[in-house]
Amino acid sequence: FADLAGMAVAEDIPVEGEITVPVGAHGPDEDHSTLDEPVRDTIMRDLKAVGKKFVHVMYPKKSSALLRDWDLWGPLVLCVSLALMLQGGSADSKEDGGPQFAEVFVIIWFGAVVITLNSKLLGGTISFFQSLCVLGYCVLPLTVAMLVCRLVLLAGSGTVSFIVRLIVVVAMFAWSTLASTAFLADSQPPHRKALVVYPIFLFYFVISWMILTFTPQ
Amino acid sequence: MAAADELKFREFDDAATLLAANPDATTISIEEPAEPRQKQHGRRQEPGREEDDELLGTDDSDKTELLAGQKKSAPFWTFEYYQTFFDVDTYQVLDRIKGSVFPVPGRNFVRLYIRSNPDLYGPFWICATLVFAIAVSGNLSNFFIHLGRPTYHYVPEFRKVSIAATTIYAYAWLVPLAVWGFLMWRNSKVMNIVSYSFLEIVCVYGYSLFIYIPTAILWIIPQKVVRWVLMMFSLCLSGSVLVMTFWPAVRDDNRRIALATVGTIVLLHALLSVGCLAYFFDAPEVDFPAPIVPAHNGTTLVTK
Repeated sequence: FADLAGMAVAEDIPVEGEITVPVGAHGPDEDHSTLDEPVRDTIMRDLKAVGKKFVHVMYPKKSSALLRDWDLWGPLVLCVSLALMLQGGSADSKEDGGPQFAEVFVIIWFGAVVITLNSKLLGGTISFFQSLCVLGYCVLPLTVAMLVCRLVLLAGSGTVSFIVRLIVVVAMFAWSTLASTAFLADSQPPHRKALVVYPIFLFYFVISWMILTFTPQ
Repeated sequence: MAAADELKFREFDDAATLLAANPDATTISIEEPAEPRQKQHGRRQEPGREEDDELLGTDDSDKTELLAGQKKSAPFWTFEYYQTFFDVDTYQVLDRIKGSVFPVPGRNFVRLYIRSNPDLYGPFWICATLVFAIAVSGNLSNFFIHLGRPTYHYVPEFRKVSIAATTIYAYAWLVPLAVWGFLMWRNSKVMNIVSYSFLEIVCVYGYSLFIYIPTAILWIIPQKVVRWVLMMFSLCLSGSVLVMTFWPAVRDDNRRIALATVGTIVLLHALLSVGCLAYFFDAPEVDFPAPIVPAHNGTTLVTK
């Protein structure tokens, strides 16, 4: 200790610096904290994401937007609007009418879950919610078909209107199936693609059947 | 001294060299799962016995028990356990469907097609398709039958989908459960050569229902004779698949019990198809003679 006692810090060596480390966000994130932004910006951002996905469904190209940034807002909006539009059918007898709101809801969501489970059990590499997202968004063409059908039915419900509705529903059914197959096909194991696509076909067929057989009071 | 040499312990050679020296010796192999080798053992059979073995399954019934046990090695709460039930490719599913539609007499569906790889894909999706085929065809046929009547207002009859779903899925899962339970019970009393696991029975029932899908679509034709002919035809096809599957499993039993079992299986199958035809498809009516209809309308108008 005698050696250490003899040493002294020279006066002319500058010793400086901060002892305390500044606390706070650094990096680019500190400008994008979403807590302080106006509510309108938050809502618009989500709406724009949903709208972008709608566009991707109508023009199915190989894009990863639907898969990577999945969300379930779009499917929820589509499902609720489709189920609402399927109401107001022949409800004179509670028994033999069209599907109730809850039935449409259950068919769409339960059907999508079952198809996703089926694809995962067969060895697919897509995640659960990504698949739900794609299947839900691809109901968009059928929702458009339902809208067109209701408008056509306002004009009349004869044979001509039935043929127009049939053509529209068939075209949108094909569009839905092809769009969802385009997004989901790559993640399936090679020899089982048909096994995965068939339930998707059945799912959209059932929804199309519900749309086509809608008869107003 | 020879006696002392014989009494001395000798090391046995390696199994491979011993077998090479004496290829016809009986061997027992207790090994880790080596499924491809065991399957090849099963297929290398004398050709004359093959047909019987296909029916009885004696060629690989032991090995199928082993294989069935080895496949489900993942614990039942993991996802991989359930993936073993979906381990089929497209061509395998198509082959199984073909085998159920064109039953070859003498060929056992389970041994020929399932071969200890029962899948749940076929039964589940064939039942789902059948539910919607029956509901949609029933609705369409009713629409065409009642089309000309002035008082007819089309309804989609969506309730019938849930009824159809309950019926078909109950049939496809509860009846195999009952059959499996019954076969297990008889197995404990009478030693049968052939026994099936629960999933194999579900598989047979599921695939045997496939023929009803085109039948249901053809039932749209509103002719009674056509419908009954179609029903008999599909009942014969799918019934024969079931009979050829279950007859080897019960034929070693008491004669009457065996016949009663197979008879009950066919009877339940017939009940399903008759019930579906009667409930979902209205009877095609005879056309009303023309003079009666205007008079009827006339009286209603007057009374209103």
